[in-house]
Amino acid sequence: MAEATGSISGLGRPGRSARGAICLCLFVLMLLAGLSCVIGVNQTSPLALLQDPEAAQLLLISRIPRTLAVILTGATMAVAGVIMQLLVRNRFVEPGTTGTNEAAMLGLLGATLLAPALPIFTKMLCAAVAALLGTLVFLALARRIPPQQPLLVPLVGLVYGGILAAAAGFIAFQADLLQYLAIWMSGEFSGVLSGRYELLWLAGLLAGLAYLVADQFTIAGLGEMASRGLGLRYGQVLGFGVVVVSLVSALVIVTVGVLPFVGLVVPNLVSRIMGDNLRDSLPVVAATGAGLLLICDMLGRLLRAPYEIPAGTVFGLFGAALFLVMLLRRPAHG
Amino acid sequence: MAEAALWRMRGRRRAPLDRRLLVLAGLLIGAAASFISWGLPWSDGAPSAYILQLRATKLAGLICVGTAIGLATVLFQTLSNNRILTPSIMGFDALFLLMQSVLVMMFGLASMAQLSGFAGFLLNAGVMMVAALVLFTGLLRRTRGDIQLMILVGVVIAVLLRTLAVFLQRLMDPSAFAVVQTRMFAQFGSIDRGALLAAAGVTLLATLWLLRRAALLDVAALGRDQARSLGVRYDRLQMQLLCIIAALVSVSTALVGPIAFLGLLVTSLAHSLMQSHRHALLLPASALIAAIVLVAGQTLFERLLQLQSSLAIVIEFCGGLLFILLLMRGKLR
Repeated sequence: MAEATGSISGLGRPGRSARGAICLCLFVLMLLAGLSCVIGVNQTSPLALLQDPEAAQLLLISRIPRTLAVILTGATMAVAGVIMQLLVRNRFVEPGTTGTNEAAMLGLLGATLLAPALPIFTKMLCAAVAALLGTLVFLALARRIPPQQPLLVPLVGLVYGGILAAAAGFIAFQADLLQYLAIWMSGEFSGVLSGRYELLWLAGLLAGLAYLVADQFTIAGLGEMASRGLGLRYGQVLGFGVVVVSLVSALVIVTVGVLPFVGLVVPNLVSRIMGDNLRDSLPVVAATGAGLLLICDMLGRLLRAPYEIPAGTVFGLFGAALFLVMLLRRPAHG
Repeated sequence: MAEAALWRMRGRRRAPLDRRLLVLAGLLIGAAASFISWGLPWSDGAPSAYILQLRATKLAGLICVGTAIGLATVLFQTLSNNRILTPSIMGFDALFLLMQSVLVMMFGLASMAQLSGFAGFLLNAGVMMVAALVLFTGLLRRTRGDIQLMILVGVVIAVLLRTLAVFLQRLMDPSAFAVVQTRMFAQFGSIDRGALLAAAGVTLLATLWLLRRAALLDVAALGRDQARSLGVRYDRLQMQLLCIIAALVSVSTALVGPIAFLGLLVTSLAHSLMQSHRHALLLPASALIAAIVLVAGQTLFERLLQLQSSLAIVIEFCGGLLFILLLMRGKLR
């Protein structure tokens, strides 16, 4: 890309203080992942692995894929949230409050109704295209909101999402697909087995690509005028960001369902501590998102064992409560 | 007291009934008549008594719900001092559903099922009132003067309450869940007769109480400080109004489930029709318009389009568009 941004990104490595934070986050995440592999209806311990081939089977088919799926989902949703927040220049947006999720659902519904025989990958593509369109419409709406009223942006997004959801609800009602819709609405991981979550790796790849251009996102977060002045091709970065956010949302919805608040709460928590330089904070954002979602998934497995509560519900609960605290405690000019 | 003076003022200035209200009432009667009579099966020269009774119950329910939503929304807009908030945007109906889940969880399915529709409704509404008072007086005080913050916090509270309800329902056993689930979606199809009776009583009482205090509400709409300096006991009034809003939301949610944007649609229409801030006009107008929208819409959906109970979804869609339009045109004060 432009030479100017090339020099800003420097060596392309996080600063020294950030490296410590990243290592710490990764370490905690490893611990949580290990815990997630042994928690469940069928208790396994690392010792049992050596003696019992069935335990190894369980681990390979169910536990490890599930843990990976949770990590990928949490990390990519958090990354999508932070990108969205920089692009809209508003702390309170995420794919769930911009209609992206609902648009993806509409696309998925359309694909399911019109061509039920399509392979899952094509359906995912339909959902992604719909999510892209939905996000672009939201961006057009958000541009018309005066910048002095930052809280209007998520409000418009929520209502806009509500309109899309109502449209999806109407179609699903007529076609008797409401139950189908309800499954997408609550993100959960109990259905994850090896062979049924691999699309999420694609989301992980996208998040990795986003990290490559993290500096340019950081600059884009300064606003269109400022970033053009600094030599950034604003339109390209914006387009790339929207594509990443839409694809990640579509992939996550197709594979595990809607997970509210992950993209909202995690970036806000991290940016309070680390600031907004994505080169430093993006790995921490991803690791925190993955870790928190892992905790919620494990809670969901433990609270009412042997039944499960969807991780999306658990996170929705804590996420909404945290968000409320952030709103009411925010400084006067935040 | 100044409040007494306001009461007297109302007595002196009794205007003749506004013509626009009469037109609305006429429209409602027309809609109701077509709802009852359109496609009514006749046997032996008389309409089928069973169908007639079914439709009459439904009609009463729709009018009751419309009145409740119209009144509650006007009141909430008066309290929050702006024109795009409604109780359901702020999570009142989510609170009602949550309270219902909590009641079923606490007392068990058996004791809840034993309650008749009548007693069950009153219990639910009572619990709802207490919960709404606790939650929303704090919220209104905390976010006073910052309407954007108030709305956003309200929306998030609504999400939180809804998620909490889902969470509790996950912990329930399936038969208890089935009881709660019937209340989750707006259903114009099945209305419980005992609950309808109680709801109609509550709505009627609330309507009478409010219409007698229309002038007082006009003053309260000026905002807390102004109203207080004019001698209104604002905080007490706010508490009373929150109670009434909670009761009215209980009426509509218990009968047909949550409908988020109907109130917004209706009060916008009422404002543009009446061109006035007087509650003596606004309250009846929005109650009538809401009832007309529901009855006419339901007639259209059931008889003409042969669609079942998707009216609520269409209302959500149109109401949502209106909301964004209002926001974009800067109606947020």
